Amino acid sequence: MQENYDVAIVGAGPAGISAACVLAGKGIKTIVVERGEYPGAKNISGGVLYGHDLAAIIPDFVEKKCPVERNIIESRLWFLSKSGGYSLSFRDRAFYEKQAFNAFTVGRARFDRWFAEQARAKGALVVCSTVVTDLLRDSNNRVIGVTTDRPEGDLKARVVVLADGINSPLAAKTGFRPEPKPSHIALAVKEVIELPEEIINERFNTETGHGVTIEIIGEITQGMDGIAVIYTNKNSLSVCIGANLSDFMESKVKPYEMLEEFKQHPLVAPLIKDGQAKEYMAHWIAEGGYEAIPQLCGDGYLIAGDSGMLFNALHREGSNMAMTSGRFAAETIAEALDKGDFSRKTLAGYVARLQNSYVIKDLKKYRRFNAFRLQHHELFTTLPRLGSFAAQQMLTVDGVPKKEKQKAICKKFRKEISWGSLIRLLWTGWRSVK
Amino acid sequence: MHFICCIKQVPDTSKVKIDPETNTLIRSGVESIANPYDMVALEAALTLKDTCGGKLTVLSMGPPQAEQVLREAISCGADEAILLSDRAFAGADTLATSYALTRAIEKLAQKTPVDIVCCGKQAIDGDTAQVGPGIATRLGYTQFTYVTEIKEIDTVNARITVKRKVEGGSEIIRGPLPCVLTVELELAKPRRASLPRLIHSLKSEIGVWNAEAIHGDNQKLGLKGSPTWVKKIFSPPFKEGGPRFDARENPRQAVEDCLKTLLADETFAFHLLKQWGQ
Ligand SMILES: Cc1cc2nc3c(=O)[nH]c(=O)nc-3n(C[C@H](O)[C@H](O)[C@H](O)COP(=O)(O)OP(=O)(O)OC[C@H]3O[C@@H](n4cnc5c(N)ncnc54)[C@H](O)[C@@H]3O)c2cc1C
Repeated sequence: MQENYDVAIVGAGPAGISAACVLAGKGIKTIVVERGEYPGAKNISGGVLYGHDLAAIIPDFVEKKCPVERNIIESRLWFLSKSGGYSLSFRDRAFYEKQAFNAFTVGRARFDRWFAEQARAKGALVVCSTVVTDLLRDSNNRVIGVTTDRPEGDLKARVVVLADGINSPLAAKTGFRPEPKPSHIALAVKEVIELPEEIINERFNTETGHGVTIEIIGEITQGMDGIAVIYTNKNSLSVCIGANLSDFMESKVKPYEMLEEFKQHPLVAPLIKDGQAKEYMAHWIAEGGYEAIPQLCGDGYLIAGDSGMLFNALHREGSNMAMTSGRFAAETIAEALDKGDFSRKTLAGYVARLQNSYVIKDLKKYRRFNAFRLQHHELFTTLPRLGSFAAQQMLTVDGVPKKEKQKAICKKFRKEISWGSLIRLLWTGWRSVK
Repeated sequence: MHFICCIKQVPDTSKVKIDPETNTLIRSGVESIANPYDMVALEAALTLKDTCGGKLTVLSMGPPQAEQVLREAISCGADEAILLSDRAFAGADTLATSYALTRAIEKLAQKTPVDIVCCGKQAIDGDTAQVGPGIATRLGYTQFTYVTEIKEIDTVNARITVKRKVEGGSEIIRGPLPCVLTVELELAKPRRASLPRLIHSLKSEIGVWNAEAIHGDNQKLGLKGSPTWVKKIFSPPFKEGGPRFDARENPRQAVEDCLKTLLADETFAFHLLKQWGQ
C-alpha cells in the first residue's frame, strides 16, 4: 500500500504548514508528518504572529477565521532593576486602522491547528502522533524520503522539507544541522495566566480585541543574558522569561524560580494580580543568528524555520521567518518538480530567495548581536541598577539640591562602570545592530 | 463474520477539573479522546476479525467532531465507520443512547447480519456501564459484561466462551451468538496504527446518519427520550486525615502517642485482637 509523495514535510509548525499550503495549493502531492497529537500540541510561542508573512500564504486569513487573540496596537519596552524600572511605549491608531493585523497574538495550540486545517483544505495530508526518526537515502546519499516510528513507517518522497524546529533529535541524527552550541540557544519558560477580558482591557488601557506587548530586559534575568515578555491574549496573559543556555549552565539559576520572581516584580505583579495560572511550558529558542545558520539545502532536502536557525532574537521574530522560509521552500520545490531535478544545485534557489529577502538580510544585520549581549552582562546587572538609582534619586524630594544629587549619581556611575567602558558598550552595541 | 464496535468520544477526564463553585466540569481546553475502554473493545474486535475473518464496522454517536475517533478506529483496522450525528440525539442519557445505537446496528444488520458487538465496559466521563447491556437487551443478543478474556470463539456452532469479572473473582461462561461484549481494560492493549493505515484513515469517508436514517422514534431519542435528570452535581468533600504524629524529633514518643490513640479506639482494639486470635 506504500504510496509515493512529491514532498514530505517534517513538522507541522508555521514553517512546515506554510510549505504545505503553498505546495498543496499548486496541486503538488504533499504529506506533513507531526509528532504531536495534533499540530500545535508541542508548540509554544509567546504568541505574536505577523500578518504580512501569513497573508502571503493565506491572503484572507481574517475572513477564514484565523484564531486571533488580540491585534497588537501598542508595544512597550521596559528596562528594569530589581525594585523598579523605566518604561517606554508606542501606540498608534494606524495599528488598528490601516495596518490592522500587522502583529497579533495567537495561542499556538489553536493557531497551528487552524493553519493545518487550511493546508488540509488545499489537499495536503497532515499525519499526527508520528515521529520522523530518520531519512531515507539512495546509494548516492540523496534524500529520498523519511522513516517514522510507526509499523511500515517508510515514506518515499522526491523532496523532504525539514521544518522540525529547534529541538529535534532528528537533526542530531542526520547531521545536517550541527548540534547547536549552548550559547546559540535560549531556554524560555512561559506561563499563561487567565484573567477576565475586561480586566485585561482595563489594566492595559485597551479596548476589546486590541492588545499590547511588553518586552523587558534588566535585572530580572538575574545577571544572565535574557529577556522577558508579556503579551495580552483575549482573556489571558502570556508571561515568558528566558535566558541564554550557556548563562543558565554557569549561574545554576532555576528557570521556574526566575519566572516566579519575575511575577512578583513591582511592575509585573499588578498586571497579573488574581490571575489563574493555566499552562506552564518550557522551550528552546534559536538565538545563534546568522553565524549559526547551517547549510539550508542538499540533494533532496531543504531546511526551513527554526530548524535552520532562522530567528531574529532582537525583534522576537521567528514565526514570520518560519512562514516565509516555508513558502520559499515550496516555491523552489515547485520549480524543481517542473525540472525533474532535486539536486542541491536546483534547490539552492531556496537559499537565493532567502538571501534576497528580509530573512537573511535581517539576520546578517544583527549577526554580531548575540555575541554582543553575551559579552556585556552589565546590560542585565550594573546598568539597570544604576539607571534606576539615578531616576530614583532625582525623583526623591528631600531637600537635597539637584546638583548634589547629580554629583552623587555621577560618582556612583564612575565607581561601578567607567565612562570609557560605557562608551565602548554603546559603540559595540550600535555596531552589532546597525 | 460481522463485528461492530461502539466508540464514544469523551473529554480526557484525567485532565478535567471541577469548578469548586458551580460543581460542573471545566471542559474548556481539555482534549477529546476516544474512550479508553472502547479502544480495548476495538482491539478485541480486530483480533476476532484477524482470527475469524469478516468485516468490522465502527459506530459512534456524537457531534460532527466525533468523526475523529472513528478515523482512529479505521487507522487501526476497522473497515467502515458510521457517525450518528443529529441535533435530535443531543442530551441523550444511557437509555436514549442505547436506543439510537441499537437502531443503527439493526440497520447495519439488514445488510450484513451482525455476530458480535463490542463495547467498552463504560465511558470514562459517565462511568455508568449501562449502554452495552442496553444494546444487548434491546437487540435480544446474549450479553457478556466485564469481559477480561476471550477464551474461544466457535464459529461452527456460533458460540463464544469468555472470562468475565464478577464480584470477588471471575467466571468463565459460554453463550450463543449474536452477542454483545463489554470489555475491561486488561483484555487487550490497543495497537498502534501502521503508517499506510493511518494515511488511509485520513482519506476515508465517514458515513453520517441522522435520526431519519435510523428511522428513530423522536420520542425515544436525545433529551426527549431520556428519563434521567441530573438533580445535583457535587464534589465529595476532601477527607481530612486523622491525627498526625511528628516522629522527627522524638520517634519513640511519637510511636507511643500513636499507639495510645489507636488503642483508645475500641473497634480498633477489637479488630487487632481478632487478628491475633486467628
Ligand atoms: C517562549 C517562546 C516565545 C516566542 N515568541 C515568539 C513571538 O512572539 N513571535 C515570533 O514570531 N516567534 C516567537 N517565538 C519563536 C517561534 O515560536 C518559532 O520561531 C517558530 O515556532 C518556528 O516555527 P517552525 O515551524 O520552524 O518550528 P516549530 O514551531 O518548533 O515546529 C516544529 C514542529 O515539528 C515537530 N517535529 C519536530 N521534530 C519532529 C520529528 N522528528 N518528527 C515529526 N515532527 C517533528 C514539532 O512537534 C513541531 O510541531 C517564540 C519561541 C518561544 C520558545
